[in-house]
Amino acid sequence: MSYISKPNVLHPKMPRNALGLTERDYEGTVSTLCAGCGHDSVTAAIIQAVFEMNIEPHKIAKMSGIGCSSKTPAYFVSQSHGFNSVHGRMPSVTTGANAANRELTYIGVSGDGDSLSIGAGQFVHAIRRNLNMCYIIENNGVYGLTKGQFSASADIGTLPKKGLANQQEPIDAVSTALSLGATYIARSFSGDKEQLIPLIQGALSHPGFALVDVISPCVTFNDHEGSTKSYAHTRQFYHHVVDADYIAPAEEIKAAYDEGAAMPVELHGGSKIVLRKLDSNYDPTSRATSFKYLRERFNAGEITTGLLYIDKSRHEMHDLMGNVDTPLAQLPLDSLHPGSKELKKILSRYR
Amino acid sequence: MASVNDVVVRIATVNGTGSASANGLLMKSIFRMGVPVVGKNYFPSNIQGLPTWYEVRVSGDGYNARSDRVDVMVAMNAQTYAKDLADVRAGGWLLYDSTWPRHALLDRDDVTVLGIPLSRMCNESFEGARARILMKNIGYVGALAALLDIDLDTITSLLKETFADKQQLIESNMTAIRLGYDYAQENFVCPLPSKIEAMNGTQGHIVIDGNTAAGLGCLYAGATVGAWYPITPSTSLMDAFRSFCSQYRADPETGKRTYAIIQAEDELAAIGMVLGASWNGARSFTPTSGPGISLMSEFLGFGYYAEIPAVVFNVQRTGPSTGMPTRTQQADILSCAYASHGDTRHVLLFPADPGECFTMAQAAFDLAERLQTPVLVLSDLDIGMNDWMVRDFEFDEDKIPDRGKVLTAEQLEEMDAFYRYLDVDGDGIPYRTLPGTHPKGSYFTRGSGHTKYGAYTENSEDYQEVVDRLLVKWETARKLVPEPEIEYSQFNKSAILSVGSSDGACVEARDRLEKQNVSLNYCRVKAFPFSASVMEFIEQHEVIYVVEQNRDAQLRSLLMLDSGADPAKLVPLLHYNGMPINAAFVVQRVLEEIAKGRAA
Repeated sequence: MSYISKPNVLHPKMPRNALGLTERDYEGTVSTLCAGCGHDSVTAAIIQAVFEMNIEPHKIAKMSGIGCSSKTPAYFVSQSHGFNSVHGRMPSVTTGANAANRELTYIGVSGDGDSLSIGAGQFVHAIRRNLNMCYIIENNGVYGLTKGQFSASADIGTLPKKGLANQQEPIDAVSTALSLGATYIARSFSGDKEQLIPLIQGALSHPGFALVDVISPCVTFNDHEGSTKSYAHTRQFYHHVVDADYIAPAEEIKAAYDEGAAMPVELHGGSKIVLRKLDSNYDPTSRATSFKYLRERFNAGEITTGLLYIDKSRHEMHDLMGNVDTPLAQLPLDSLHPGSKELKKILSRYR
Repeated sequence: MASVNDVVVRIATVNGTGSASANGLLMKSIFRMGVPVVGKNYFPSNIQGLPTWYEVRVSGDGYNARSDRVDVMVAMNAQTYAKDLADVRAGGWLLYDSTWPRHALLDRDDVTVLGIPLSRMCNESFEGARARILMKNIGYVGALAALLDIDLDTITSLLKETFADKQQLIESNMTAIRLGYDYAQENFVCPLPSKIEAMNGTQGHIVIDGNTAAGLGCLYAGATVGAWYPITPSTSLMDAFRSFCSQYRADPETGKRTYAIIQAEDELAAIGMVLGASWNGARSFTPTSGPGISLMSEFLGFGYYAEIPAVVFNVQRTGPSTGMPTRTQQADILSCAYASHGDTRHVLLFPADPGECFTMAQAAFDLAERLQTPVLVLSDLDIGMNDWMVRDFEFDEDKIPDRGKVLTAEQLEEMDAFYRYLDVDGDGIPYRTLPGTHPKGSYFTRGSGHTKYGAYTENSEDYQEVVDRLLVKWETARKLVPEPEIEYSQFNKSAILSVGSSDGACVEARDRLEKQNVSLNYCRVKAFPFSASVMEFIEQHEVIYVVEQNRDAQLRSLLMLDSGADPAKLVPLLHYNGMPINAAFVVQRVLEEIAKGRAA
């Protein structure tokens, strides 16, 4: 029950962003998820990401489906607009919302059940449209609210709390997105805020479909020995391959980077993301080699993380359609019909 | 039986042979002569090679329903020849391609069979297989022109308009017309006793199908987001919208589009897109048919409970399940009225012809935004895909569209606090805000239990307060939806009540019954919830024949459910074989019921 609001106490010395808002202004109601749930860490990362980016809260649209992950939009940025839709259908609602108003910042929060089982169809088609949104999957391999059934991202051999090991092939959100031509693909871990925050910031600035697949352990149903989505397992086999540093529009690149290992990428509105390769063999701009690398690492039992793929060549949905810059919802109705005189001309075709 | 301007021509062809343009030419020529005409297409769920029929009903009296007889059959399909011959009325005529001889058995003493060697003549006059097939169709139009006395100049000018700068095509088409025309003149007694004479009955009218009209209505309503999944028979609605938009929706300076048409991955996504776009303030719609409604049901309930506008066109086809996708029915009335789980109900509009598709498309957006709820426009295949003669559409530029209760940034600035689901005005309709307008306008949209303040709840009283308020809104809807069309005389205690495309058959049936001294009042409902005048009409009568095109008397059920109408006086008259209902059926069924004593 996510209706508990937080007391509005503010420390006078709390840092403020360029809009004069504190991080508290980007919080939501108190989370009702289990203590220690990975999702709460993702929520905290989102709050810090949008606070640092100086996004006006009411220009944010928080989109979700159904499930533990989909409850979390209530827990961040209360002053924004939330849309908690139906199970697996967040991508279509976001597609329509974005079609009507391309100026808002769309943050979709979904889960592995919501995106890879019931919502697999919508997930893949939002990618094909290169819908301009940040799509976060809080990936824990199980259904929480219905008490621990495997989801489609559960690895072969992974053990449930009770019962038999999973025998079905998992659906990997990252390689699925890669094969479908998503234009920004990242993977991270709820327990690694330092890596996760800039990845979310990059996703929010990327003009197109940006996937952030976050391993976010379920403490209640999938944090035991034999689970490949537990905190312990993730920490042990977790492997950074390309990290990202987010550079806000007005900022300059200050950190020293090794030539060749660092790659600055321009994003929307003058912001940048600098990619730091931790494995020189990895090329985050090549679909073919990324796919091979990820598969090999997966087979070796490793969880590859970081900004795994970026493609700046493809247009996002509106530009693919050739739409005006003004949000369609803001066009006055009387500018949208050709008038009564023209109607007469149109009718003459039917005589 | 000689007649003027009262003739039905049925043309039997094979689908995929290009007969549509020939049939259109025939129909428009008659229309241009000032003679009221309608065209109905009976086609298979197939791309090429199966039987298809086009029926042109010429009616000087202006009746627009399917006729119950065929005067002239153009039997161009050998496959269906026997059936086609059997369908001709006694004393009628059958025209067939006599290039190949027919079996002597296939003859009727009471039908005049006219053979015309169309294939042979076209093979001699045209080059190439495709041209020969196409021109054969134009050839029968020429023969019909002679037989029915259709003005050749009218045909010529139509061809000139159609092929504007393609002189070669005008000439070849005229050659084909001449082939048929001259052969008929030389070999048959022309014109037939059933013939056409110029009159002044089509001025101020057009011939159009309902899907085109609805697409045009969406253009004029200012719809900017259309999401859809292709499904027969609704597809041509989005095709029409796209075509109008490509002409009228480009930014004059940049040439960029002021509309988004998104072909969704399925109907679940299509309605999700519509809800997302409407939530953000765009006028958004989706055209679909019965199976699409089934898939959209979960989201329609969401739209009802979260109170988001949406416009859905359901061009109904024959169910259940896949049913007969290219046949008509009115069998989604109940599934649309109550689409989705839980206590859910939706506003429905029932256009009866393309004219109402145009006006109701616009009304649907106004109602959806005023009432903040999905509105479903229930057209059907007969209206959507057939050619109807209707009055010229009118558009009043001074009429301001109803965008409903949407708070502006200025209004929000002055408010202490905004609560999304609070009934401020007592009409059950809360105020809404559009995302991005103002920090004070933020709220959380959810399909889960919520309080009138918009907060999540599992509290019984808070939950119930909101669903009860939705009933207040329902009563407001009852006052806002279009009023029924009623013809009433205090001397009649019996009446017909119908809906949508059943109208034409009922109108014609009433005239015929009147001649048999059966006088009936009439009510055609145009919307659900039923307005008070529908209830009043029911109360005024002792017997009401409820005419609709489904097996289960769905409109009758809805009348009982929504208005508490007495089931005893609602007599169901049900037509559900997939063909459009006609007057003969209504007359026969009314007389049967009267004979059984169900009359007043």
